[in-house]
Amino acid sequence: MSIDEDRGQDHSHGHSHEHGEMSELSDTQLRVRSLETVLAEKGYVDSAALDAIVEAYETRIGPQNGARVVARAWADPEFRRALLEDASTAVNTMGNVSPVGSHLIAVENTVERHNMVVCTLCSCYPWEVLGLPPTWYKSAPYRSRAVLEPRAVLSEFGVTLPDETEVRVWDSTAETRYIVIPERPEGTDGWSEEQLAELVTRNSMIGTGLAQRPDGKTEDS
Amino acid sequence: MSNTIHDMGGMHGFGPVEEEANEPVFHTKWESRVYAMNRAMGPLRLWTIDEGRAAQEALHPAVYTNASYYQRWLLGLEARALQHGLVTKDELSSGKALEENDRPNRIFKAEDAANLTRSSFDRDPQGEPVFKAGDKVRTLNINPQGHTRLPRYARDKIGEVEAVRGCHVFPDSVANGKGDDPQWLYTVVFDGQVLWGSDAEPGIKISIEAFEPYIEAI
Repeated sequence: MSIDEDRGQDHSHGHSHEHGEMSELSDTQLRVRSLETVLAEKGYVDSAALDAIVEAYETRIGPQNGARVVARAWADPEFRRALLEDASTAVNTMGNVSPVGSHLIAVENTVERHNMVVCTLCSCYPWEVLGLPPTWYKSAPYRSRAVLEPRAVLSEFGVTLPDETEVRVWDSTAETRYIVIPERPEGTDGWSEEQLAELVTRNSMIGTGLAQRPDGKTEDS
Repeated sequence: MSNTIHDMGGMHGFGPVEEEANEPVFHTKWESRVYAMNRAMGPLRLWTIDEGRAAQEALHPAVYTNASYYQRWLLGLEARALQHGLVTKDELSSGKALEENDRPNRIFKAEDAANLTRSSFDRDPQGEPVFKAGDKVRTLNINPQGHTRLPRYARDKIGEVEAVRGCHVFPDSVANGKGDDPQWLYTVVFDGQVLWGSDAEPGIKISIEAFEPYIEAI
């Protein structure tokens, strides 16, 4: 069954059909183009505005913002305290990160506890600080298993934690959004925020990875 | 709808989590247009974010499972545009506007993309929060026909309130056309064994964000 079924066209995945060489992908392309054209002609969307939204997520709004937040938290204990208290407010004091709205919450990894974020019901994700989520985060395997067997999921990302370290999974079932503050790698004393930010991977801020080590080795892939 | 395929927590059979190396923000141009259309339509306030979620949840489970993330966004947006009378089926089929319409007063413009921050879901409370951090609570056993954000795996389970997150728009009301009905929101945390039994992985805790009507004192 394909998404076209509700228009009476059953274009199954990977099978040839009446449109010959036209793939399901191009069916979707046509459908998207049609919707955009009609909405634009009727005055509901402005195509230049759509371009600007796409450009924002392809350039300005991505995990580089979250990495700067984490680096600041590692480097500045006062900022770390403010971030854990009220992440939305703290991030908006930074100046080098695009602004965030309400309900951002930062949770901190320690020796005792490792945090990991999921949205089992849809794919809620802290867009403002991490950009748009990777496909795996939105996939059925991650959404189904992160709450059931988080240690098994972590091991598939190359992260094995001692049993004594509690694994805490945050299911984003409301409008609160979570960013994980990974542990600061050893051997980074005296590093600048810019240097530290280079070690902060996207997965480490979702909780399916750890920050990179200063020798350049990744611990999460 | 609540007890359908989107409520995936705890399901078996979907296989391993597979990460794509060097994944781009969008894989195709159409994905980016679908995302941008959804974002640009939001500020028109023709519908709420929860109505958008409910539109995807109303897809047949087989369609939901076979569609990619952005295909679901496309289907949800088409469904809402039709339901709200913004477009007709004939217009979508022909790819051009066929009927006159009242123009919206204000639409999302390119300069608005300079500020893509989320709006606040805080609302004035109707009373004081009933629960506080440290309270033991039980989630209700509910199976509503309409939209809810209480996942199946966390229903009728005993947990602990960890934090009060404010008083927010209540999805179960607003998605069903019954207004904001603001409710206190809590982080409620469960031990792995409470959710999954004695075979649960060791040392795991799982939290949900639970609206006050989802929980009762024990």
